[in-house]
Amino acid sequence: MEFFDEMYAGEGDPRAAYSSYHDWFSSQKPKALKQKMREAEAVFRRTGITFNVYGQKDAEERLIPFDIVPRIIAADEWAKVSRGIEQRVKALNAFLHDIYHRQEIVRAGRLPAALIENNEAFLQQMIGVTPPGGVYTHIVGTDLVRTDKDEFYVLEDNARTPSGVSYMLENRETMLQMFPELFAANKVQRVSNYPHSLRRSLSKCAPNLCEDKPVLAVLTPGIHNSAYFEHAFLAEQMGAELVEGHDLKIKDGRVCMRTTQGYKKIDVIYRRIDDDYLDPLNFDPNSMLGVPGIFDIYRAGGITIANAPGAGIADDKAIYSYMPDIIEFYTGEPALLKNVETWRCSEPQSLKYVLDNLKYLVVKEVHGSGGYGMLIGPAANKKELSDFEAKLKADPSNYIAQPTLALSTTPVFTKSGLSPRHVDLRPFVLVAPDHIEITPGGLTRVAMEKGSLVVNSSQGGGTKDTWVLEA
Amino acid sequence: MLGKTAGGLFWMSRYLERSKNIARLVDAGFRIALTRAQSSEKDWESILATTGTAEAYHERYDNLDSGKVIDFMLRDTANPFSVISVMKNARQNARLSRTALTRDVWEAVNEAWLLIRKRLDKPIAETDLPAVLGLIKRQTMQVQGAFHATMLRNDIYDFARLGTFVERADNTARILDVKYYVLLPSAASVGSPLDNMQWENVLRSVSAEQAYRWLHQDEITSSGIAHFLILDSCLPQSLIFCVKEIDGILWRINDHYGADLPSSQLNKELLACLDGKSISEIFEGGLHEFIIDFLARNNALAAQIETDYRFWA
Repeated sequence: MEFFDEMYAGEGDPRAAYSSYHDWFSSQKPKALKQKMREAEAVFRRTGITFNVYGQKDAEERLIPFDIVPRIIAADEWAKVSRGIEQRVKALNAFLHDIYHRQEIVRAGRLPAALIENNEAFLQQMIGVTPPGGVYTHIVGTDLVRTDKDEFYVLEDNARTPSGVSYMLENRETMLQMFPELFAANKVQRVSNYPHSLRRSLSKCAPNLCEDKPVLAVLTPGIHNSAYFEHAFLAEQMGAELVEGHDLKIKDGRVCMRTTQGYKKIDVIYRRIDDDYLDPLNFDPNSMLGVPGIFDIYRAGGITIANAPGAGIADDKAIYSYMPDIIEFYTGEPALLKNVETWRCSEPQSLKYVLDNLKYLVVKEVHGSGGYGMLIGPAANKKELSDFEAKLKADPSNYIAQPTLALSTTPVFTKSGLSPRHVDLRPFVLVAPDHIEITPGGLTRVAMEKGSLVVNSSQGGGTKDTWVLEA
Repeated sequence: MLGKTAGGLFWMSRYLERSKNIARLVDAGFRIALTRAQSSEKDWESILATTGTAEAYHERYDNLDSGKVIDFMLRDTANPFSVISVMKNARQNARLSRTALTRDVWEAVNEAWLLIRKRLDKPIAETDLPAVLGLIKRQTMQVQGAFHATMLRNDIYDFARLGTFVERADNTARILDVKYYVLLPSAASVGSPLDNMQWENVLRSVSAEQAYRWLHQDEITSSGIAHFLILDSCLPQSLIFCVKEIDGILWRINDHYGADLPSSQLNKELLACLDGKSISEIFEGGLHEFIIDFLARNNALAAQIETDYRFWA
């Protein structure tokens, strides 16, 4: 398979966006760069940007590998991509409002009713509820891959609690510290406004009962969660409180947090826990992470929960396959960004095709994430293929399959110089009632192993600073 | 501020202070072991008693041996009062209150943990011990330095400082509790080399030997030391210094909050036990009884602070 290299059009022939970087790189001594690489690691360690890998006892906290070569996107390329993202995110919110109200899209015969009714991510309790400001997905991470000069595909719409934005910010901060001269030579669009924009955008979605300047809190499952660093980082950067379920209580019809001076009400919760755990009275009764009764306050307009409960159905992988229709239905325009061709294994004909072509396909669980429980056909051995075949046959509707995409590469810095690795991109999108803001760039995840297509940090992937150049 | 955050700050400071104090105790014990190998067992025993871990040590080891005690007090993850366990808790609490800390403070705590953990990863040779103890002291003081230099003077600062002084008073009082018999006038055969060494050791356990000399030159007496550690408000390790600091901090918090809470009253009572007292009065009432009473009151104060400011649900 041929792969599009984002930095070089040919040997020693950099593309326009990379030409200044290429010149700089060529003038650097490899030894000095290796030293910088070690310094970068020390910075990350000291900052404590670590994550916990579930099921690995010794590696209590690990660093995500950071590559010092930035990924560079030209202004015009980005303009095109961000138009596509905005269209998509608008459609997602319209879709969520529709399926929790009149379900016009089902009535119109564009989406099978069963796909919603039987969907685990469809939250019955949200039927007829309109979130404050009408926003369902306050924060979206639209995962993109590039396959060619002009071809970007959306891999997933993360509409629940997309993570990784702290890495985007810290990667930039580290690059600024290590290579300040690069930012003098290249006009790179800023990302450091993100926490401020997040605060503003969440504040605009404050609930009806909010009387004063909205009080914000980030709700974390706690210190042992793999993304705790990010939760603390965002709270600190936004000037919000970082709360756990046991810090909160319902008082006089409002959600309140326990402060040193008693209970104080809060208006907006940026929650980093799943719907199920949000409220033991309304959802999973065994949850220790949530707040009993918070959903009732939500329905009564006493609190904003971001993202809205039930928003997860929008990033369901079975719904994903209908995204081109969904976009057209709500925006009246064809989708600007491509969807990856998707076979729903619940459909017998698709299942047959998938089983026949398993070694060429990527198969994912409908509700899975983080690269767990997926099969990459071309990289799998015989045993893995036959094991997966059995799983597929046992529960076909739990899976979708997609062709293996020719993911673009960008170079990473290795012991023997630059070497291409596959990448994807997660831009971060903020949705306010009247405004959609997309941070220029996002988080580039890179497969650190040569030839590997898996970029997930839980599977050993790394990250890069992502530059969008000024026009 | 969240109650939980205040609790995290309070305990972060307590644990940082504690790890510095454990390092000092090990230092004091090690010096005695070097100079008087035959009788060092007793000193190690009292050092373990100071941290309340003598029983746990004996469950684990058959004999008192410098190397084993040092390992137990610095590296043993099963010992909740070892430096490694205490530092882990300090960092855990810093993570819990991360949103209230400046980046400089957080990085100093994190780096202290990373460096100390790395250094304590392998058994410590006796020749390396001074360097290891130095590292622990330096790193914890670096955190305190970053804290003073970068934190806003508000209730966040105050709750962290409360932890420091509650812990420090506890530590000084514990040392006095274990060593009080050395300081009793009846046991003193004035000026004997043994006493001098014992006394100096008490001072060294709280890093006050140099300060004492500045103030009293070579007039080392048991009552002088007792007075210094209990009643001298110039010495930051003394009981009265800590209690006065706590008094000022609680006043500031309550003034800011517009509240008057029971913990403030408890601390006033504690201060009344010290303020205006002479050391002979304290000896008359019994030094040991005095210390036992102080420890109990200090503990009650810490518990009341946690309740008053809603550290827990």
